[in-house]
Amino acid sequence: MRYMLLIYGEETQQDEGASGAAPEIPPAWMEYTNWLLKRGIHSAGEQLAPSSSATTVRVRDANRLVTDGPFTETKEVLGGYYIVECDNLDEALEAAARCPGALYGSIEVRPIIGMAAPDTLRASNAAG
Amino acid sequence: MTEPKPASEPQPRRGEPRPSAQINAAIELAYRDAYGSVLATLIRFLGGDFDAAEEALADAFAAALETWQRDGIPATPAAWLTTAARNRALDRIRRDRRQAEKLATLERELTVAEVAPMQLGTEGGLEDDRLRLIFTCCHPALPPDARIALTLRTLGGLTTPEIARAFLVREATLAQRLVRAKRKIREARIPYRVPRAEELPERLDSVLATIYLVFNEGYLASSGEAAVRNELCAEAIRLAAIVADLLPDVPETHGLLALLLLQDSRREARVAADGSIALLEEQDRTRWDRAEIGRGLAALDRGFAAAAGQSHASVGRYLLQASIAAEHARTLDGRSTDWRAIATLYEALSRIDPSPIVELNRAVAIAQADGPAAGLTLLDDLAARGELASYHLLPAARADLLRRLGRLPEAAAEYERALALSDNDAERRFLQRRLAETRG
Repeated sequence: MRYMLLIYGEETQQDEGASGAAPEIPPAWMEYTNWLLKRGIHSAGEQLAPSSSATTVRVRDANRLVTDGPFTETKEVLGGYYIVECDNLDEALEAAARCPGALYGSIEVRPIIGMAAPDTLRASNAAG
Repeated sequence: MTEPKPASEPQPRRGEPRPSAQINAAIELAYRDAYGSVLATLIRFLGGDFDAAEEALADAFAAALETWQRDGIPATPAAWLTTAARNRALDRIRRDRRQAEKLATLERELTVAEVAPMQLGTEGGLEDDRLRLIFTCCHPALPPDARIALTLRTLGGLTTPEIARAFLVREATLAQRLVRAKRKIREARIPYRVPRAEELPERLDSVLATIYLVFNEGYLASSGEAAVRNELCAEAIRLAAIVADLLPDVPETHGLLALLLLQDSRREARVAADGSIALLEEQDRTRWDRAEIGRGLAALDRGFAAAAGQSHASVGRYLLQASIAAEHARTLDGRSTDWRAIATLYEALSRIDPSPIVELNRAVAIAQADGPAAGLTLLDDLAARGELASYHLLPAARADLLRRLGRLPEAAAEYERALALSDNDAERRFLQRRLAETRG
């Protein structure tokens, strides 16, 4: 099963200024990504630009409503994510606990609902 | 699938059916003794599907009524129920064509690990499954109230209405809580297994805390039917005994069992004739359950023996709390209580698990050992910090010490403050009685 590790944390001034030029990946994060890869559970992962760069879109009564900033005003914002492929929640929690973000922020672990492709559906119907 | 036929099963006796009462008693006994362990095994067989396992087990109990009447009570009812329920679960899956793939997987797995009915009943397998079940039910990814409900429902075999009644919540609320918990187990894929050694401390904490909460709900709660509450205490003790039995090397499992037994031994003496709570010093200690105390002290010894065998400090909060309860249990007259030892134990407890409540208890022990003035100084410090501002036992304890120091008007004021904060009927009656005495 795939799990998304959503990395929440308070943004530092440094983060704010970091948008623009490609930042260097801090060693702890590099190490962590390598650990996930070595374990064979790494599926995807990206860091997000600071929340000051976020724009939110809503559609209400067919009207598009664009506002600046993240969806909610909280101190902890989503800063990045990983997607890991694990057998069960305990494995995903272990991966989350090793994430450098867990040391200053928090990691929300959410299972990803696997949508069966139409081909797969047909195949299983035929089998039954 | 045919019903399992253990070798020892008596021949059918169609001509002379056993009396139904006997069958009913056998089924009740099987439910009481084996519901949790059989369910635990079924959940494993069914790949962690709690609902399918519960449904199949209900079917099996219904079938037992008829089959046992006809063929006689099987030698090992738990094994019979496990096999019957497993067969029914497989039948159900077969009927559901959309689950064809799942069936194939299950049948493959079952062929690999084909289990004869008698083997299903062997203690080792069942014990392992019960551990899997309790660790899954008490997974920290589930909310605490759901852990309690799920543990009581599955391992304890309590019905949803019974649990709802015990916790004073609406049946629909409790049912919803169970549904949500099972959905999370399924959707987040909480594994059905005993945690690895490095995870064990954290995970065991949650299991022990859940059992302790069940007990406290039965022992301390402010209202509800006495019979239901006693049932919760008994269930918590049963669960603690299972865990101590299954993890004998972990000192705290014995510590929790000892604590529950020693607290429960005072249950009869805890309530005075008028329904008010009798304080420890006022309790008629001849009403303490000596047999239960004996079992509690034995569990305590096993806990310290297990702790002695470990390299790191492994005397935890339950062993310490049980030791405090044991100090009281050892003195039948209540006058020879070693309050100095109790104060030391509270001090050790506050190092592991610092809390203002522990400090409050330590102050009360010091007051007993060194006199009310010494205790009052500590309580005043505690009150000055304001941490227990809304906790009725702080003014109640201060009132008691002020009363013993002869400072009656101050004591009365504190009793009034405690009364304003307490919503427990029995405790309120006690406080009112003391208030009247103080004003006397």
